[in-house]
Amino acid sequence: MTRPGPHSRIRPAGTIQAVAFVAVVAVLPLITGQHWLVSLLVFTVMYAGLASAWNLLGGYAGYPALGHGAFFGVGAYAMAIGTSHLGVGGGYRPFVLIVPIAVGTALVVLPIARLLLRTRAAAFAVLSITLMFMVQTLAYNIRSLTGGSSGLIVPLAPFPAAIFERPFYYAMAALLALTLAVCWVVRTSKLGLALNAVRDDEDRARGLGVQTELVKLVAFAVSAGLTAAFGAVWAYYITFLYPGFAIDPLLALGAILMAFLGGRRTLWGPVVGAALIGPAQQYFAYRFGASQLYLVAYAALFLLVIYLLPEGIVPSLARRLRRLRRASPAAATHDQVATDSIFSAGDLG
Amino acid sequence: MTALLAVEGLTKSFGGVRALDECSFEIAEGSVGALIGPNGSGKTTAFNVITGYQAADAGGLTFRGRAVRRPDPCRLQRLGLARTFQQPRVFPGLSALENVVLGRNQPWHALLRDRVPGPDRRRAEELLDEFGLAAHAHMPAGRLSYGQRKLLEFAGVLMAEPVLVLLDEPTAGVNPIMVKTMEDHIRRRHAQGVTFLIVAHEMQFVMSLCDPVIVLDHGRRIACGAPGEVQKDPRVLDAYLGD
Ligand SMILES: Nc1ncnc2c1ncn2[C@@H]1O[C@H](COP(=O)(O)OP(=O)(O)OP(=O)(O)O)[C@@H](O)[C@H]1O
Ligand SMILES: [Mg+2]
Repeated sequence: MTRPGPHSRIRPAGTIQAVAFVAVVAVLPLITGQHWLVSLLVFTVMYAGLASAWNLLGGYAGYPALGHGAFFGVGAYAMAIGTSHLGVGGGYRPFVLIVPIAVGTALVVLPIARLLLRTRAAAFAVLSITLMFMVQTLAYNIRSLTGGSSGLIVPLAPFPAAIFERPFYYAMAALLALTLAVCWVVRTSKLGLALNAVRDDEDRARGLGVQTELVKLVAFAVSAGLTAAFGAVWAYYITFLYPGFAIDPLLALGAILMAFLGGRRTLWGPVVGAALIGPAQQYFAYRFGASQLYLVAYAALFLLVIYLLPEGIVPSLARRLRRLRRASPAAATHDQVATDSIFSAGDLG
Repeated sequence: MTALLAVEGLTKSFGGVRALDECSFEIAEGSVGALIGPNGSGKTTAFNVITGYQAADAGGLTFRGRAVRRPDPCRLQRLGLARTFQQPRVFPGLSALENVVLGRNQPWHALLRDRVPGPDRRRAEELLDEFGLAAHAHMPAGRLSYGQRKLLEFAGVLMAEPVLVLLDEPTAGVNPIMVKTMEDHIRRRHAQGVTFLIVAHEMQFVMSLCDPVIVLDHGRRIACGAPGEVQKDPRVLDAYLGD
């Protein structure tokens, strides 16, 4: 006897969420013609994707990766070099490069990941950010490819000025959808269970026959590949790359803050976090320019999240919803609390 | 009589401390062995070295007739050697059910299959039921009591249907009723053909359940035999009462 319903991977509530999300994301940029607003949307969607991609390794597997700026930068430079040196052509053609860039980054990163993943916790965090600075240093020094500190120009896309941002927005949105689909598959599969076990107690997981090396490598490579894909689109949009800007430690920090705020044990948490922080971050950058005052706000927000919402918004909301439902006499619910179980994290999980 | 597990001359030092000193013993298939000794005599270290959590300085082991050159926890578990820890270890963020499901071995190509497929779920539910944890199946394991976590860890280990189970102090820190419960679980599994090696301090538990009893002191095996013999062995009395 097969039981559908509560034990099935695909739940009606999840399907509705996905459809509603796609609809909202598809319509958003059509509402306004204001360039700065659409640009803000582009960055917010990008950060939602980056936070979700980071979450595969940082959230599900609990490996505190701080160096995702490296993969983002690799994707960005690959796009710039592909369009300017390799003669891929203009218009929509550079978007085709996203696929080889993502796959290539995921593969190239494997041996490095193998080395990094021998360490854990603080050592892993330090090594990952060291890797980022190494890539940044390379970008400064391989001048023939990257232009070094004088930067690298990506040919401006020939899109109509009135809707210039739209192709980039939809490219980012498609990547976000892909990233969320990947996260969903991981969460609802044995891979996700194994990653959660690694996060909780890696040594015990090994002793239970979990292939910890393999699942960590997969999470790392997929996370890095997706991050590079966002970097590629970003480079084509921004049209000018500079090592300190394209390979930036703040990229990972932003993504992590969003994942923490929204809830790093959930599918939608990083998206919710990005929707809240992304626009604010853009607004601050726009208001205070390069003063980087927003970093202070970042730090303050981080502390607030850790103290007040250690699990993030989505799990807290889900719990409140469940409590409300239980209070109503019609509802029959189990006493389920926030776990990673896709069946117990409420309909928001 | 064939030895399921044979360790030969295991030695392991931590700085100046010889936690294991040329320790050798055998566990026959179908037996329930006990590993006893005063605090700090090397029992846990023996488990760690056998299961590959720590590398031995010298010595070797044979499991199911195969020499295991460099023991690795994952590979040994897949060969049928499972263990629990002195301080119960569960995955606190996973539900009790998932904790048990995780014990089932998976080939790499099954990684994208359902997180908790039907057959695994049913098997895990049976185990949780057997261990009196069915009511907590969907509770995060981190919220279970100490004794419940010990039971859950044991249940999870059994999910893979191991041949040999090493239990590190399954009866420590739990109430007398729980000691009896543990004993029942071990007896039931033993009746189904599982071999055990158990570290325990409760002499009554050891004497009624285990044979052979292996005694360690300062990392050395000082006695090995039927419980009655070991109990009378002057070296054993000395180890427990001496120093
Ligand atoms: N990781 C370690 N680092 C340093 N010393 C250790 C380590 N593990 C164990 N020891 C030492 O090795 C000796 C044996 O320890 P072990 O934990 O194996 O004893 P045990 O027989 O399990 O004791 P208990 O009954 O208290 O659990 C002790 O002296 C202990 O202090
Ligand atoms: Mg011990």
